[in-house]
Amino acid sequence: MWYFAAKRVLLFLPTLLGITIITFILMQALPGDPVESMAGERATAETIERIKAELGHDKPLFVQYVLYLKLIAKGDMGRSVYTNRKVSDDLLQKFPNTVKLALAAMLFASVIGIGLGVVAAVKRGTVWDRLVSLLSVGGISVPVFWLGLTLMLIFALYLRWLPPSGMGNGSLAYIVLPAITLGTFSLAYIARITRSSMLESLSQPYIEAARAKGLSETKVVLKHALKNSLIPVVTLIGLDLGSYLNGAVLTETIFGWDGLGRYALDGILKRDYPVIMGVVLFGAFIFVTINLIVDISYHFLDPRVRVKK
Amino acid sequence: MLFALRAFQRRLMNRLLTWQDLVANKPALIAAGVLAALVFTALFAPLLAPFDPLAMDLDSLRLPPDSAHLLGTDSKGRDILSRIIYGSRISLAVGVIAALSSLCIGVVLGMIAGYFGGKTDAVLSQIFDIFLAFPSLLLAIGISAVMDPGLASAMLAITLVGWAGFARLVRGITLSLKEQTYVEASRALGASTSRVLFRHILPNALPLLLVAGSLRVGGFILIEAALSFLGLGVQPPTPTWGSMISLHRVYINSAPWMVIFPGLAISVTVISFNILGDFLRDKLDPRMQV
Repeated sequence: MWYFAAKRVLLFLPTLLGITIITFILMQALPGDPVESMAGERATAETIERIKAELGHDKPLFVQYVLYLKLIAKGDMGRSVYTNRKVSDDLLQKFPNTVKLALAAMLFASVIGIGLGVVAAVKRGTVWDRLVSLLSVGGISVPVFWLGLTLMLIFALYLRWLPPSGMGNGSLAYIVLPAITLGTFSLAYIARITRSSMLESLSQPYIEAARAKGLSETKVVLKHALKNSLIPVVTLIGLDLGSYLNGAVLTETIFGWDGLGRYALDGILKRDYPVIMGVVLFGAFIFVTINLIVDISYHFLDPRVRVKK
Repeated sequence: MLFALRAFQRRLMNRLLTWQDLVANKPALIAAGVLAALVFTALFAPLLAPFDPLAMDLDSLRLPPDSAHLLGTDSKGRDILSRIIYGSRISLAVGVIAALSSLCIGVVLGMIAGYFGGKTDAVLSQIFDIFLAFPSLLLAIGISAVMDPGLASAMLAITLVGWAGFARLVRGITLSLKEQTYVEASRALGASTSRVLFRHILPNALPLLLVAGSLRVGGFILIEAALSFLGLGVQPPTPTWGSMISLHRVYINSAPWMVIFPGLAISVTVISFNILGDFLRDKLDPRMQV
């Protein structure tokens, strides 16, 4: 088992390298010459050469890549063209806000998603089941940014139950709409997987046994069926945590949430390339790290996966 | 054996082509109808749109829906219905073309990885994994940010985000198909590798590819809408559903129709693709049949 974990961690390294290669290629493809823009219009040829040498731009591409890797290893992702602040500092400052939002979204998605999945499975073939399946198709089909605006319109502007945007110094009311917006996509998936996993559990002999010994239906469903259906659901919840970074760009923009996503959008609007590439790189790192953790813990948690090895 | 396989293949294709299945499944039938109407709308946009989607009318700014402008007008007095009709062209074109091109890349690389195995497979699989390691929208943002924003950059970004998923799928299918007797037989008869791949393995993988493709188009349309929303897609004044929402989100309170209707258009389109994709999967993916 430790062998498996070690192997996964080793396989993780080429993936990380690959990610940096892709962001490096993207940086090379950037429009405009960074050296010329740094030197200004009236720079002499010598000045340009000097800056190039300082930045290592006169060296072969491979050497430049190694230099880039060294910088990243030190946590240096360059400075924002506009604020001249270190991108790494900004990322670390904004990241906790995105984590907070993502956790709230995940809580919402898991509780409601599992609940809906259980209802759909128990009431299989009824109106409830169809309603849940419609909801789960809808949840993965609605554009996040539009969902956010619509929720804001209904609950903040018409009904005035919740604040429309901002972070409100951490007050709970401000996180509700962004969390629902961000969580809906994965709620839909969780409901779907819970339903099919529950249907499988409910058809097992031990359910019959539980019923036969006179347990109430609620107990049978919640204690016996649900407990055994949760492994695929938990995996999904874990894997999805990384993809919240996708939705965060849109959700945070809509609700003025001061996290990584809005930081990325600011970078996009200003064509602040160090910022854009910093977020892309950081996001991918987070994403693969979470996948790695989920993968390994899954291996430790589910005896069936271990036996198959 | 060959006969049995032909029968299997015919059964799959026949199943796909029976209209009874579709008619029996109401949601799928409706979804297919919506998509057919959408394709028709995109093709004949100039005939169907009541107004010029780019014509500004300063006398009719931000009008709510009425009999002249069925879905109202936007902040520049342009007819929203007409803009949604023209916007369907971008969404469909980007979604479908990105799906086809990423499918092509995925098929070729996936078959090579699965068929040759060994080092080739190890290297290619690693590359697939790297591309899959990026959160999709972030990678699309990174790619389209370094290009001049437009139709081509959006399609390229989505293709580069989408191909690896297909490649992994095709690799898996190829791995299982290459063990089949008919592949062995054809190799024994001296068929070239490309013949084995394209005449034997690809046709048998087609139903699964159709399912995967149809399930992904909706997601691709959502990425296109998100890129447009972020200003990285097709540029104004050309109407796209995503940019219509982003341009007018500041008016969400005073003129919500400018935001609500384009969003409904995206939602209905993507829901239709997803319902149809689910339907095809239930019919064509043997792994899904319990």
